[in-house]
Amino acid sequence: MKAGEHRAAGSVYYVFLAGMALLCLAPVVLMVVTSLKVRTQIFSDTLTFFFIPTVSHYAEAFGDAALTRTLGNSMAVALFATALTMAAGCMAAYALARFSFFGRGVVSGATLLMRMVPPAVLVAPIFMLWTYQFGISDTLSGLVLAYTALNLPFVIWILQSFFAQTPPQLEEAARLDGANPFQTFFFVILPIVAPGMAAAAIFAFRIAWNEFILALVLTNRFTRTIPVEISLSISEHNIAWGKVMAVGTLIAIPPLIFTFIASRHIVKGLTAGAVKG
Amino acid sequence: MRAGYATRLSRIAPYVFMAPAVLIMAGALLWPLAHSVWLSFHEWKLGTPQDAAVFTGLENYRILLGDPDTLTSLRVTLVFAFTVVTLEVALGVGLAILLERPIRGMNALRSIFIMPMMIAPIVVGLLWRYMYNEQFGPLAQLLLLFGVEESPPWLSSPDWALASVIIADVWQWTPFIFILALAALQSVPTSVVEAARMDGAQARQTVFYVKLPLILPVVIVAALLRLIDAFKVLEVIFIMTEGGPGLSTEILSMRIYKTAFEFQQLGRASALSNLLLLLVAAISVGLVLFNKLRERANESG
Repeated sequence: MKAGEHRAAGSVYYVFLAGMALLCLAPVVLMVVTSLKVRTQIFSDTLTFFFIPTVSHYAEAFGDAALTRTLGNSMAVALFATALTMAAGCMAAYALARFSFFGRGVVSGATLLMRMVPPAVLVAPIFMLWTYQFGISDTLSGLVLAYTALNLPFVIWILQSFFAQTPPQLEEAARLDGANPFQTFFFVILPIVAPGMAAAAIFAFRIAWNEFILALVLTNRFTRTIPVEISLSISEHNIAWGKVMAVGTLIAIPPLIFTFIASRHIVKGLTAGAVKG
Repeated sequence: MRAGYATRLSRIAPYVFMAPAVLIMAGALLWPLAHSVWLSFHEWKLGTPQDAAVFTGLENYRILLGDPDTLTSLRVTLVFAFTVVTLEVALGVGLAILLERPIRGMNALRSIFIMPMMIAPIVVGLLWRYMYNEQFGPLAQLLLLFGVEESPPWLSSPDWALASVIIADVWQWTPFIFILALAALQSVPTSVVEAARMDGAQARQTVFYVKLPLILPVVIVAALLRLIDAFKVLEVIFIMTEGGPGLSTEILSMRIYKTAFEFQQLGRASALSNLLLLLVAAISVGLVLFNKLRERANESG
């Protein structure tokens, strides 16, 4: 009796969980499904569950030279921004985790506060500085710089805890063996925190790949990234939903791949700061 | 000689390690923020040379604070932020309590739950704009199955639009609170729960008087983090409604963008930016203070 009740309660739990999973999934699945439907099926006002999928919208997207260029831009910007963020971020996080130096408190506090800045606040001044002071508006490097700066506070914050967890005896041993601090960092410490670095890199890539509002004001026709391109194609009057959903799916793919290969790390990153760590 | 070199090297090491990150953040975050303060005291129109900026003192702030649209936008922002956080915390914590037990297949489920947070905000906006389409959107089709012929004006009516964008945000972020609350619940020591049961506490009493108080600090910090993020929302609303219809979903971030790039008033946009920044800073200070209190409480007990 008791066991039966327990089992019944158990299946209710799983029905509940499945329902939640379905709610999370449904809009994403619908996007993918829509991208595989022909025009008449998309604009039909009844639900169609069974249909012959078509890749015509993807073919159209990849046949569009402007669109493939924006895809390439997005990839280049996200990869370079991630590399730069990781290089600068790892060194900074290590210094904050392991050294006491003049200005450490200020830098650490400022880094934390920078995370809170809404991107909209930066749009006007960054546009102005990039255009008039640095002369890098409309360039991909300008975007890489903006994303690196935007990502650094967050990445430093996550990485710091990974560096803090490495045993200090390692540095001591390396020092006694005659290694200088730079050798110790590159050859002893970095290899140990590689998993943490992978998690941080996923975050940096995701933010650079997904970012829209700065890209909107800092790029032109040739340096546009894919989120900007898609926003322009839905401001038209007759939205080509099939193609838009195909491009939306393409944008969603890289982050989704990361989600499935590293969900545990990602949860740790998302919750850094809420749970002590 | 060699030893002197080594000490000197380790003395400069932290500065060398810090330099690239500090330079980048100073140049591309701090400088823009400082520039925004400078800009907010000037009138400068988009497209004119930079030296055409005219110093106008506090004029931008005076105009903004006297403009009923700013106040509307501020109200929309506050309603949006506090409503989404309240709903997400209530739903997330509630579900975590309901489902708290070792769950088989949690790894796969976790991937599914974090999906909405991982995809681009712009894609989230797109998804929901499609969901809400009144002619052929999935929600309209679903309602049709139940005999509702006329779809609610999800995004086209000023009375509905704010609720509709709130639903999209709740969809995206409730799993965040859920995952956090579940992890916190599962880390409550079994001995504490056992002790409560020995003292004759019912299951419900254990939840409300033992478990909830124990996970409260985590929930509060998560809620504050979400609140800060809710003030950062822009792209989802940009794609779904562009702040409309009317001003019904015009959050401050949206208004900053429009002031700068549609009305071309960069000085005024900067002033508005600084007001938003003050708002977020106030919440951040609250978060830092709360964490300090928590640390102190942990140390003393």
